[in-house]
Amino acid sequence: MTKKKNLFQILVDDRHRARTISYTMVIAAYIIVEAMLRSGNLSNLFINLLVPVTCYMVAAIGLNLNVGVSGELNLGQAGFMAIGAFSGICLSGFFADTIPAVPRLMLAILFGALLTALMGFLIGIPVLKLQGDYLAIVTLAFGEIVKNLIMNLYVGFDRTGLKVSFVQQTFTLEEGGRILLNGPMGSTSTQKISTFTAGMILVIIALAIVYNLLYSRHGRAIMAARDNRIAAESVGISVSRTKMLAFVVSASLAGAAGVLYGLNYSTLIVSKFDFNTSILILVYVVLGGLGNINGTLIATVILFLLPEMLRSLQAYRMLIYAVILILIMLITNNQSLRAGLQSLRNRGKKDE
Amino acid sequence: MSDTSKTPILEVKELGIDFGGLTAVNDLNLQIYDREIVGLIGPNGAGKTTVFNLLTKVYKPTRGQILFEGRDTAGQTVVGMNRAGIARTFQNIRLFDKLTVLDNVRTGYHNSVRYSPFTAVLRLPSYYAREREIEGKSRELLKIMELDQYTDVTAGNLPYGAQRRLEIARALATGPKLLLLDEPAAGMNPQETENLMQMIRFIRDHFGIAILLIEHDMQLVMGICERITVLNYGMMLAEGTPEEIRSNPAVIKAYLGE
Repeated sequence: MTKKKNLFQILVDDRHRARTISYTMVIAAYIIVEAMLRSGNLSNLFINLLVPVTCYMVAAIGLNLNVGVSGELNLGQAGFMAIGAFSGICLSGFFADTIPAVPRLMLAILFGALLTALMGFLIGIPVLKLQGDYLAIVTLAFGEIVKNLIMNLYVGFDRTGLKVSFVQQTFTLEEGGRILLNGPMGSTSTQKISTFTAGMILVIIALAIVYNLLYSRHGRAIMAARDNRIAAESVGISVSRTKMLAFVVSASLAGAAGVLYGLNYSTLIVSKFDFNTSILILVYVVLGGLGNINGTLIATVILFLLPEMLRSLQAYRMLIYAVILILIMLITNNQSLRAGLQSLRNRGKKDE
Repeated sequence: MSDTSKTPILEVKELGIDFGGLTAVNDLNLQIYDREIVGLIGPNGAGKTTVFNLLTKVYKPTRGQILFEGRDTAGQTVVGMNRAGIARTFQNIRLFDKLTVLDNVRTGYHNSVRYSPFTAVLRLPSYYAREREIEGKSRELLKIMELDQYTDVTAGNLPYGAQRRLEIARALATGPKLLLLDEPAAGMNPQETENLMQMIRFIRDHFGIAILLIEHDMQLVMGICERITVLNYGMMLAEGTPEEIRSNPAVIKAYLGE
């Protein structure tokens, strides 16, 4: 057996280093941003981006489990975010007068996460029998279907209780009733209860869930099924079941992120969660490095804030954004650069 | 020789499979008894690996029956066969390349040492207990297979011979009663092969399991197998002890031609 390690050695050994770096980065980012908020050093533009960026981080951490670790291409992450967002908005609106903000936010996130986990499970049953491109197409279709369903969904409540309808004409509320979801107009008068602190806590929880899962028999099974499906089955791992686990966890993290996102805006339309959003999250995961959670975190922050930083370029904004994306891809895939980094890392190891 | 009055651990009756118009295996009968080392040999393309794929349910047989511990295995899945107690290695090595050597062996304990995803995420005490158990057993297996110096190496970077031994270690981790080895000595030098022979014998004695192996290295086959079945064009050509097989004219003809 190996000799006992002290706590610090455990934190930085090969197996746990990535996790330690993740937590350190998130906590450091939180402290810095909070300090800047207190001292009033942040522009309004930036303050408004704080909650959304944590939402995308959570959704991207989830998607990394699905795409990076499990190796299945999922283009429906925005669909799960939409389900989370609007179920969270409805729940929060319904209990607006009865439950105070903080427990209501927690309840909404939990509800959204469980609902999307269930949805993920139901969709996973047929979808995970497919592989590769087919899976991508089905999840893409799923995202579009969800978007269109929610676009035609009317939810409100009055004295007689909750009312849900897909047809505007049959959707009537008694006096004093409140509309929560108004079809294509989306949510119109949501109480903004999401906070940056809540977002960062959610990021930490998402990290804990994914890392704890990865360093377990389930995580090993997910990676084994990705590396070699036939061998995984030969050692008794049910590949469809492990893929399902990764898919459901990914979906429920997207749902939780969606709730946080939805409760950050007083009005929100569902077309915010279209195909482009799914692709955007996928870009964060791919450019951050498949299976590399730290990369995902950094890529999400940079790529989410970049378009905002480039606002001064006006019409050229998306052009420059695209060029930067391509440059990042070229640089991170450069063989000689990678070899250089690797030799640096090896040198660091010898010094230890 | 094994005691034939006992029921065999594996009994194959008139097994056959067709791929379209091609009959890959036909009318195969095979019995393997507890703690026996049996060889499956034959020229290239004789259908040896197909037999392994039939035994592990990668292919569904067209004809015949496979009885494992006296029970019919019709309708079983690949996963189900492993849980029932058949583990295998592959001719073209199939490791989990991006996982470490230790993690490769740990995956073998997926079914025997279990805990739920919630236990893992919430890091309940049973998570630590089970993981300690898995790690202890895995390290022990690595020592037996002489892989302990590679514990933290990524499996894809291992030398060839070590990869073959790691596959055996991973298969053993699933706690099989019957181990199927598909050309375990392929690509090994005579010294490594000699070492492997002792290892296979040790595995049989230490774990008390039966072993069925496909091999082209006649020194190894004749050296450790108690019985040998010879396949040719998917058909059983001969069956018997190494001495009987060595002197069987049909076998010599199949291998050397006329």
